Amino acid sequence: MDINLGNIWHARDFILEGLQYSLSLTGFAMLIGITAGTVLAIARLSSNRMVSSAAATYVNLFRSIPLVLVIFWFYILLPLITGIQMGADKSAYITFAIFEAAYYCEIIRAGIQSIPKGQINAGLAMGFTPAQNMRYVILPQAFRNILPLLLTQTIVLFQDTSLVYVVGATDLLGAADKVAHRDNTLVDMYLGVAIIYFTISFSLSKAVKQLHGKIAIIR
Amino acid sequence: MIEINKISKWYGDFQVLTDCSTRINKGEVVVVCGPSGSGKSTLIKCVNALEPFQQGDIIVDGISVADPKTNLPKLRSRVGMVFQHFELFPHLSITENLTLAQMKVMGRSKEEASQKGLAYLDRVGLKAHAHKFPGQLSGGQQQRVAIARALSMDPIAMLFDEPTSALDPEMVNEVLDVMVELAQEGMTMMCVTHEMGFARRVANRVIFMDKGQIVEDCAKEAFFGNVEARSERAQQFLSKILQH
Repeated sequence: MDINLGNIWHARDFILEGLQYSLSLTGFAMLIGITAGTVLAIARLSSNRMVSSAAATYVNLFRSIPLVLVIFWFYILLPLITGIQMGADKSAYITFAIFEAAYYCEIIRAGIQSIPKGQINAGLAMGFTPAQNMRYVILPQAFRNILPLLLTQTIVLFQDTSLVYVVGATDLLGAADKVAHRDNTLVDMYLGVAIIYFTISFSLSKAVKQLHGKIAIIR
Repeated sequence: MIEINKISKWYGDFQVLTDCSTRINKGEVVVVCGPSGSGKSTLIKCVNALEPFQQGDIIVDGISVADPKTNLPKLRSRVGMVFQHFELFPHLSITENLTLAQMKVMGRSKEEASQKGLAYLDRVGLKAHAHKFPGQLSGGQQQRVAIARALSMDPIAMLFDEPTSALDPEMVNEVLDVMVELAQEGMTMMCVTHEMGFARRVANRVIFMDKGQIVEDCAKEAFFGNVEARSERAQQFLSKILQH
């Protein structure tokens, strides 16, 4: 059988649109996921039992359900229950933001817990309120420590966005899939997107390695 | 200035402080010494409520530390503290370390804060290092910056928690020099330290703690001059650390 990657070139506009969708979904889910993850992490570490167990429940729930099921839930079941139709794109954005927040939360929580007690005491002794201490002393250091982990999680997230093709969204894989079935070029298209996923993910993870060396705090 | 009234503290069933009482008057320098695990670091951390305590009260400049209505951040901002491991903020430059709390806690402008901070940095002899990061300085230098950082907040009193214990021997003196100068200028100071030379030079009073209790609390002259009148435990301690 012949492999002709030129087929991907012919469909480049459509594929690029798919890639753009994947990237913007990744970017959105990362932004909301890290923001919500930070709030969740602070909530999980709260001394208020209600707050911390509510956050823990959320995190444990989403970390224990397969992503694909959550995607289905938001796309099919939620509209059935509420009667609100969101469409594949909107529900994908919401699903990923909600789901990734749980994963980012655990990374950020570990980052916060990695800050030594002495630093926390030093901030408090300067007169910072606990919230100011979190904002100026703990989080900046925590994020520097965990940046490589956050970015690695984002690379995983980028690959996971390919799951939205199950609800018919036209992401990179979805676009390739549609072209593949239309032109009967399954091998070419699937091989082609695999190369694209690999190239992007691999170069990102190399970049993360480089970055880590640059931003590490001198102690 | 600082009044410690019958403080007791437990970690679970274990009592770390038992009925500790003392007072530090304005301008006084009080050295707290004692074997490790005697509760001296815990006691000094109670003064600015970094460690909670279950019984008793501490009054700092007329304000109760134990009162739940007390604005602790405000109280802490008026009491400087220097830690054993310096605890400069490693992600911030020296200048930012000196100015952050002045700006965010006291509401000073950036110019005012850096003017103040750099003046104190100059006083501890480190003006040339303003743009560096804590990790680029030696331990002694970091501790002097930490003192400058605390002084930038115009504290009414300074707490020192073993400020020289984590330093290489050759760096101890540069930090003690700054502390001696501060004491001679009339700063109210409570210092947990084993530096008996420092105590001899500038302390007004020496407190000796053992097993969570204040065993000795007397004038420096009495503590060092009249050793026979001291408790057996204090004599043992002194004979051990003054041997060489």
